[in-house]
Amino acid sequence: MSDVSLTVNGRNVKASVEDRTLLVHFLREHVGLTGTHVGCDTSQCGACIVHVDGKAVKSCTMLAAQASGSTVVTIEGLANGAELHPVQAAFKENHGLQCGFCTPGMIMSATDMIRRYPEGLDEATVRAELEGNICRCTGYHNIVKAILAASQAMSKAGKGKAKKAA
Amino acid sequence: MYSVNYHRASSVADAAKLLKSGDAKLLSGGMTLIPAMKTRLAAPSDLVDISRIAALAGVTVSGKTVTIGAATTHHDVATNAKLAKACPALTHLASHIGDPQVRHKGTIGGSIANNDPAADYPAAMLALDATIITNKRKVQASKFFTGLFETALKDGEIVTGVSFTAPAKAGYAKFPNPASRYAIAGVFAAKGKDGVRVAVTGAGENGVFRSKEMEAALAKKFEAPALDGIKLSASDMMGDLHASPEYRANLVAVMAKRAVAAANG
Repeated sequence: MSDVSLTVNGRNVKASVEDRTLLVHFLREHVGLTGTHVGCDTSQCGACIVHVDGKAVKSCTMLAAQASGSTVVTIEGLANGAELHPVQAAFKENHGLQCGFCTPGMIMSATDMIRRYPEGLDEATVRAELEGNICRCTGYHNIVKAILAASQAMSKAGKGKAKKAA
Repeated sequence: MYSVNYHRASSVADAAKLLKSGDAKLLSGGMTLIPAMKTRLAAPSDLVDISRIAALAGVTVSGKTVTIGAATTHHDVATNAKLAKACPALTHLASHIGDPQVRHKGTIGGSIANNDPAADYPAAMLALDATIITNKRKVQASKFFTGLFETALKDGEIVTGVSFTAPAKAGYAKFPNPASRYAIAGVFAAKGKDGVRVAVTGAGENGVFRSKEMEAALAKKFEAPALDGIKLSASDMMGDLHASPEYRANLVAVMAKRAVAAANG
């Protein structure tokens, strides 16, 4: 067993878990945050993407024990109360989802992508950066539109605010 | 996942000690090892996490000498500004491994220690005539990669970094598997002070290899047309559902030309 201690969406979480526990299972079953999804369980689909210490990673391919001491942000940690994060708002506005299963991973991927490209994004870059996310409704077109819109909205809102939001 | 014991090493010496427990394996980014464990292709009893050892991470460029710590992620290699100046072919290579999330976790040390026959870094190490540094010794890349998933590493030996002299020119081109982004054929071509080296990944039946034939042609003239007419034998190439040996033999020549063009670009 491993004693893990991490910050999840600003809250300190301590637990004793089996060493083999994957971060995604820890988040869903121990912390009760089921917004992070298990899609393929083979690090292909990206439904499980969360941010660990500010970087997007696939939580199905990381042990909870590896994340101990880290700061984790999940899809539940993006909105500010009732106010959606700009990327969430852009997905809603642009209908960037169909069944919605891949959406949490898409949004976590998008917020990370926008953070890494503060100068802005173009369509080709967004499509290349979505390499690690699969949407089996094949709804990519509106997902790309939503990410481009969010990127624009966030750079307009100013670097300071965009940084905070990401 | 089956049951496993997790240990976090605080230093390389600590990791070496922990490696003696059971049938232990080193865990760095885990981007290959954890999926392999899920499918039981690997079944270590213990995992020794070396990814948080600060001394193992980072890129240093000092004059023409480049040193990269084993626990440096593909993302950190891809985005290192000094390395982009010293050896842009390597930052380009790192930026095309897997996907962004994999690049945030996967490390150069893990990639070369695993020596997947379709991994990108082994080709770069071989073409750059890199030195693989372990906790016990230094090994030339040409002696390090010994076959499919096989290296010169001995039990308890830990890759701590790599170093190489920045080449005058270098380029990398790969034809990725559209699903996994592993190379179906990848070629790293480098023109250094000791001549031209061309290393091929993804295609060889015994893993990464150098093409002496292409090196000889490029030594005369380091330009893509110098490779015109070179036909590699299909007998040493891998064949699988993605590409036949003949297809790969041709693809290697195409990628080699692109790599040289990129090096001159």
